[in-house]
Amino acid sequence: MYSVGHSEERKDGVAKVRGTARYVDDMTFPGMLHARTIRSTIACGEVLAVRHALEEQGFTVVTARDIPGENVIALIADDQPCLADGVVRHAEEPLLIVAHPQRAALWQARVDVEYHARAPLLDAERSSTIFKEVQIDKGDPGRGFAAADVVVEGEYRTSWQEQLYIEPNGVIAVPENGGVTIHGSLQCPYYVHAALCRVLGLAGGKVRVVQAVTGGGFGGKEEYPSMIAAHAALAALKSGRPVKLVYDRMEDMAATTKRHPAVVRHRTGVTWDGRITAMDIDVLMDAGAYTTLSPVVISRGALHATGPYRCDHVHVRGRAVMTNTPPNGAFRGFGAPQTEFAAEAHMDRIAERLAIDPLTLRERNAWRPGDTTATGQTLGADCSALDVLCEAALRTDFQGKWRRNRGSGRGIGLSLFFHGAGFTGAGEERLASRAALELTAFGARIHVSSTELGQGAHTVLPQIVAETLRVPYEYIEIAPVDTAGVPDSGPTVASRTSMIVGGILQRCAEEMRDRLGSLSPEEYLELHGPLVITKEYERPPGSVWDEEHYRGDAYGTYTFGCNVVELEVDPVTYEARPRRLTAVLDFGKALNPALAKGQIEGGSVQGLGYALLEEVVHKEGRMANNQLANYAIPTTLDVPPLDVVILETPYRHGPFGAKGLVEAPIDGPAPAVINALRNAGYDLRSLPATPEKIMEARCGST
Amino acid sequence: MRTAASDLELVRPDSLEEALCALAADPALRPIAGATDLFVEANAGALRGRRFLDLWPLRELARIEANGDMLSIGALATFARIARAELVRARLPLLAEAARQIGGLQIQNRATLGGNIANASPAADSLPVLMVAEAAVVLQSARGERRLPIASFISGYRQTALADGEIIAAIEIPLLPEGAQRFRKVGARAAQAISKVVMAALVGPVPRVAVGSVAPVPLRLRRTEAVLAAGGSLAEARQALQEEISPIDDLRSTAAYRLRVAQNLLESFFAGG
Repeated sequence: MYSVGHSEERKDGVAKVRGTARYVDDMTFPGMLHARTIRSTIACGEVLAVRHALEEQGFTVVTARDIPGENVIALIADDQPCLADGVVRHAEEPLLIVAHPQRAALWQARVDVEYHARAPLLDAERSSTIFKEVQIDKGDPGRGFAAADVVVEGEYRTSWQEQLYIEPNGVIAVPENGGVTIHGSLQCPYYVHAALCRVLGLAGGKVRVVQAVTGGGFGGKEEYPSMIAAHAALAALKSGRPVKLVYDRMEDMAATTKRHPAVVRHRTGVTWDGRITAMDIDVLMDAGAYTTLSPVVISRGALHATGPYRCDHVHVRGRAVMTNTPPNGAFRGFGAPQTEFAAEAHMDRIAERLAIDPLTLRERNAWRPGDTTATGQTLGADCSALDVLCEAALRTDFQGKWRRNRGSGRGIGLSLFFHGAGFTGAGEERLASRAALELTAFGARIHVSSTELGQGAHTVLPQIVAETLRVPYEYIEIAPVDTAGVPDSGPTVASRTSMIVGGILQRCAEEMRDRLGSLSPEEYLELHGPLVITKEYERPPGSVWDEEHYRGDAYGTYTFGCNVVELEVDPVTYEARPRRLTAVLDFGKALNPALAKGQIEGGSVQGLGYALLEEVVHKEGRMANNQLANYAIPTTLDVPPLDVVILETPYRHGPFGAKGLVEAPIDGPAPAVINALRNAGYDLRSLPATPEKIMEARCGST
Repeated sequence: MRTAASDLELVRPDSLEEALCALAADPALRPIAGATDLFVEANAGALRGRRFLDLWPLRELARIEANGDMLSIGALATFARIARAELVRARLPLLAEAARQIGGLQIQNRATLGGNIANASPAADSLPVLMVAEAAVVLQSARGERRLPIASFISGYRQTALADGEIIAAIEIPLLPEGAQRFRKVGARAAQAISKVVMAALVGPVPRVAVGSVAPVPLRLRRTEAVLAAGGSLAEARQALQEEISPIDDLRSTAAYRLRVAQNLLESFFAGG
């Protein structure tokens, strides 16, 4: 192999380590203003009056009336205004943008807003406004339950989680060529491009979006950059000057998206010998005040709600509902961590009821190649649920420890999980992503809109091209992500970049290799002139999806994983201390093993934070602990030794067998922790499992 | 940062005398040292005061020394130095232990013992230790010097008995009676957390217990100590503790958790003792 399978050095590594990489806040433009967002302090009501004397103090002030196009952040439902115009639907909703040459002046700006406050709707379970409902039906659940010996019910709850990328959201808008150019910390340049055209009323050619070096995203820079870019652009167009808008941590945590809280109810029919005969699952997600990406999040949540288990009779209902809280949005896992937490915690409750061990129950029901999912998708030869399960159980002596631990204050817990790679349903066809490859004197230059977020996309994509062209990795360059220069390869989300965009690039490189024949790149360029090969996504043959009935191939394929968490509960403080986390992942092919291992470790740790520590405290619809001192994520001392195992069962439609990777690792740790706590003697069914809740679980049982 | 730094004024004295004179002339000057708590306020745009007196250059206030049985720690001694100081580790290991658990390493390199006392947070990790040690706070002003027991220096929620023109110069710690010194901090995670409960104790013939984050001020638990000294049971001591503290629900934990964990800590310190 030339490059694939090797832990090549990151293309972005040296600049980041040396500190020469330029993030948005490192950039400046002549005459640049600094902007700040004035936000609502109430969760629901009307704005009666806004009073200030800011223009006299040298501020540029932007209100909804300054919007030249439509007052909307275009996404799915187009219901979210760019600036609230009289009506407030959540706390921290943007009302005004103020900009000033002196950054220090921003927080001195005084704006009095008079409201007519109304009682906010904060409890999703009492909401009657449904943004999206999905139903999945397979077989006849009535028959399935009739065939069951036992019906096991359970309710499981999850709360918000903050993405906590190191670099907060930020953009600079520069008025240029009768339009605007955005330099931003973002995941999806073409999302921002589309949103700006709508809100500014500009033709596509007048809007340019350039990705700056981006300090992490985790989904938190999927949709929100459209909002912040629109705000900066409006101020730039009104003032005629470049405008920088960078959030500090407190604003970023209070105002931007979080993982959706969820309530998941399971009713499962099983036979005494541990076969699942019927599943009835209800998923409720709190979307917050606007639709944003919630229809897709609830869809992915519902599609992952069964866990990777055989069952002929299934009914899943998912709803994303409105509350008067800041909109929730994309976060690594995208709905699946909530529903897979419920599915896996419920599996242990079923095992308990049947008096069999959690491993045996999963072995009996885990998908095999040829089995069908709840949507009727037939699983291919790369379905390795059973392989990851057996590998994890063997490495950890799961059964032995599980039996010995019971009630001892030590616990071992297991979770088996799966993650659909790429966009849901017909999403990839609708995106019709394109990628281009340009021949250079030494090798090739990649042109894609896929962004480097720290996950390694700009290292792995060149590896795929190098391998296909049979040239060294160093000979492959990647062009800056700039909508003026790269085709739309779709958003950098959904664990799709290596598998989908990498696949398109592989086809580009195959054609380039054929065109070159025996010529060197230099000889080819001399003889034939420039060569750029552009290709579009092609659906794998035989794949079908019925959006109306949720039937067919919900995803191209699935990545499989199994976690085992071993922990101890401190009898004095009720803190659960993980002692070891084992993560076995099969994602087809580790294109870059070091980066893959890093993604599994990072996702596992973020999952442990979700499981044990991370808790958003809301007061009247506002985040009250929007500081790093009070929103605890794991430190190195909170992380146990991680045993990462990579299995490689190739996917025939992925580049070199690869499937999606980066989201899957966060699906498993939370249920494994909850199941380990159960093994240790503590019955918890909600996240996070804080010491306060563990204490209650203990004091409830004694 | 939500505070405009250009509006702020910093007075940098060359000597302690100069500092005390400046403070006498303008009691509104706010003394600062490591500024670790100050930056939290400044970052949130909630900075109190506009004029600051920088004590950091006054190295004579950073000494850690023994005067006979008295351990004297200068107000400007950082937690990093306290954690490493042989004198502290030998005489008051529980202070060295507390110093190691306050913030992260960067904070420990700047944060001072005097600052932790002056900030008077109910969650300040050094305060229960100083209460168990029956430390005295040495206060200096242009008028002279006075000493106050740490427990009376902390006069209320984030309030101290510091008078106009005064600074904290040092902390004096007498030799502790015989016994095992115990300290435990309970936060949201294994490091870099604000305490939900923090307890320091001397386990010996004359038991002493102090606890933080369970009342508006850190508390010395005199009645609980009396129960233990009189040979009362651990259950009786837990009951006494419950009557002495007044924990609340807040962003970081619940009253119920703080009570039970404080009781459990007490029991874990004194079981078999």
